[in-house]
Amino acid sequence: MQQAHSSYYIPQPSTWPIIGATALLFMGFGAALTMNDLGAGPWLLLVGFAILVYLLFGWFGQVAGESEKGTYNAQVDLSFRWGMSWFIFSEVMFFAAFFGALFYVRILSVPDLGHGASGEFLWPGFTPKWPVSGPGIEETFTPMGAWGIPAINTLILLTSGATVTWAHWGLVKNNRSQLILGLILTIALGLVFLFLQGYEYYHAYHELNLNLTMGAYGATFFMLTGFHGFHVTMGTIMLIVILGRSIAGHFKPEHHFGFEGVAWYWHFVDVVWLLLFVLVYWL
Amino acid sequence: MEAVHGHEHGHDHAHYPGGIMRWITTTNHKDIGTLYLWFSFAMFITGGLLALGIRAELFQPGMQVWRPEFFNQLTTMHGLIMVFGAIMPAFVGFANWQVPMMIGAPDMAFARMNNFSFWLLPPAALLLVVSFFVPGGATGAGWTLYAPLSVQQGMGMDMAIFAVHIMGASSIMGSINIITTILNMRAPGMTLMKMPLFVWTWLITAYLLIAVMPVLAGAVTMLLTDRHFDTHFFNAAGGGDPVLYQHVFWFFGHPEVYIMILPAFGIVSQVLPAFARKPLFGYSSMVYATASIAILSFIVWAHHMFTVGMPAAGQLFFMYATMLIAVPTGVKVFNWIATMWRGSMTFETPMLFSVGFLFVFTMGGFTGLILAITPVDIQLQDTYYVVAHFHYVLVAGSLFAIFSGIYFWLPKWTGHMYDETLGKWHFWLSIIFFNVTFFVMHFLGLAGMPRRVPDYAQQFADFNMIASIGAFGFGLTQLLFFYIVVKCIKGGEKAPAKPWEGADSLEWTLPSPAPYHSFETPPIVK
Repeated sequence: MQQAHSSYYIPQPSTWPIIGATALLFMGFGAALTMNDLGAGPWLLLVGFAILVYLLFGWFGQVAGESEKGTYNAQVDLSFRWGMSWFIFSEVMFFAAFFGALFYVRILSVPDLGHGASGEFLWPGFTPKWPVSGPGIEETFTPMGAWGIPAINTLILLTSGATVTWAHWGLVKNNRSQLILGLILTIALGLVFLFLQGYEYYHAYHELNLNLTMGAYGATFFMLTGFHGFHVTMGTIMLIVILGRSIAGHFKPEHHFGFEGVAWYWHFVDVVWLLLFVLVYWL
Repeated sequence: MEAVHGHEHGHDHAHYPGGIMRWITTTNHKDIGTLYLWFSFAMFITGGLLALGIRAELFQPGMQVWRPEFFNQLTTMHGLIMVFGAIMPAFVGFANWQVPMMIGAPDMAFARMNNFSFWLLPPAALLLVVSFFVPGGATGAGWTLYAPLSVQQGMGMDMAIFAVHIMGASSIMGSINIITTILNMRAPGMTLMKMPLFVWTWLITAYLLIAVMPVLAGAVTMLLTDRHFDTHFFNAAGGGDPVLYQHVFWFFGHPEVYIMILPAFGIVSQVLPAFARKPLFGYSSMVYATASIAILSFIVWAHHMFTVGMPAAGQLFFMYATMLIAVPTGVKVFNWIATMWRGSMTFETPMLFSVGFLFVFTMGGFTGLILAITPVDIQLQDTYYVVAHFHYVLVAGSLFAIFSGIYFWLPKWTGHMYDETLGKWHFWLSIIFFNVTFFVMHFLGLAGMPRRVPDYAQQFADFNMIASIGAFGFGLTQLLFFYIVVKCIKGGEKAPAKPWEGADSLEWTLPSPAPYHSFETPPIVK
């Protein structure tokens, strides 16, 4: 590592945190007002979101600048690695809550509603066979099949995991064109995934009558795939940022945590998708 | 190796903007620790006032002061504000002040994010407090926000949900910071098994926080979509189940109660050896006991739900798993007692609070064991016995440990000794009024008085009046605490670097008050 800065970097006082807190203050009140159809809600939400975007550009921009100046020594680099690992662990636990809900409705609540006293007296005629909306929902829907778009999307995400690793090899070998090409391919695959996911949702809403209100299946399906899609969107934006930084000449073969952090995140999103494919679409 | 502050390479150490901007923009762990502690105190007073509102209504049977729905808002917001606003931020404040000093680090690993973690708390607190004034008022669903009641409430409920989201983000960032600091920034020679126990307890607490705060975020997100986007997670008509909410909530909730007590164990484990003038008895068993408690906390959640209907096998499993926690906790209690055994003890205020903690927290632990017994719990669920139990562990446990830690480290933080006489008054008034308030609640609960109800039958009148008198006494006593702290900050006898003879962790090698930047050159730990 650069010998010039062998010490742990502690930043100067910064206004970014209070800007971020202000953004979330606006967004919190804005969202609460919007959801209750009250006056200025959407505007507050918009202002909060604009501040948040400004914050992300500014703060991460400053961090990228500090990194390129060689401010971060090996110990700071290791801090980033620990930090990102624990952040991904927290994301795993976030998804775990929704997977837990899926297991619960499939194994416990839906079967219970069709058996025993509930099946006999409360909801006679309800067949608790997954996929199902619920005993009180009259409308019917067609569940999403696994072997159409979802299978293609699985292939796309797995391929994108390979391309981002290929880009990483390019970075380590100091082959910049391989790095940039690998990132462009990864981003393209991410965008294709998102497009297909969007098409799948359109198909679900308009042709399968499958939507968020479709009971146990609809809620778990859209919450799990929706939060995953949101994470893919975030991951794609992060990839676009590091593509821009790569084109601008950032990252060195021996010092590029910014790249690796995004790559880890992308692999995490990939693994979540595999679980989704098996547990939500397939089984 | 020397720490660099900004681009100035370690020169001009105490360089920061003047006035309020110092506190808004600070990246200094000591400043941020101070912010956390004052925020926590403000929330403690707010939550305390709500508690006094509850006790005022319960002073006599019948409806006197509040409308019933407002009473529900008081109990709900008292819980939310005390848990998320007072107790948790206080411990994070201690972590900020103490962890870098105790492991010989120049600051926290992510100093700017540290500031962000703090400044997310005021918006969340605003959402909670302002929700009292929106149409329908604050949420009255209880701090656990159980569905289906929470699905039916007004806008205040949404504000509570978003407050929980923001506080969760704050906790996760704060915990990532603390874990990374402990794992990556220890001074040379400071191996994991040489770390002061306070640091160990926070390492494990931070792990718990990162594991369960996202689960709470998931739970309240499902609540939000059930409320506004017509999902049916908690609605049987759509194949969901209100009990699902309880499972997800308590998967967060039970580790959460250890999040609020493990750092307290850490503080007590610093204070008792210092005033017994003996090293902590069974250091490594303390570490393993703390880790065991953390791991067990993930497999006991359904003991909060024995009455919702559960197979007997489930009841047995959760009952025995819960009782198992008494083993590592017992290890701790016996170790603390063994630490004091034949020590040359003195009883300054921090020691009084720690010994008080040991005595009263253990009583709360015993009532916890009683509540773990399924058939007993079915009788006692949602009675004042439960209220007594968790106030014994959260007030006499967490809060008394916080007081103990404040008195213990105030000389290091401010450079002045606090007023010992007033400190002792604070302790004795606190522990007496605490027991006046909460001891009688055991009897109320055993006799069947339900909690979260603004009125009660005549036969509960005497005990309730006693509890209310105790609560107001306890509340007033805390003004004395405020006075003692302010007096100590403003002046007082000059504190030496190590005011406590038996204390031996690294922070005592620094002058008092600790310099703005400490351990820029890491100490060598042998």
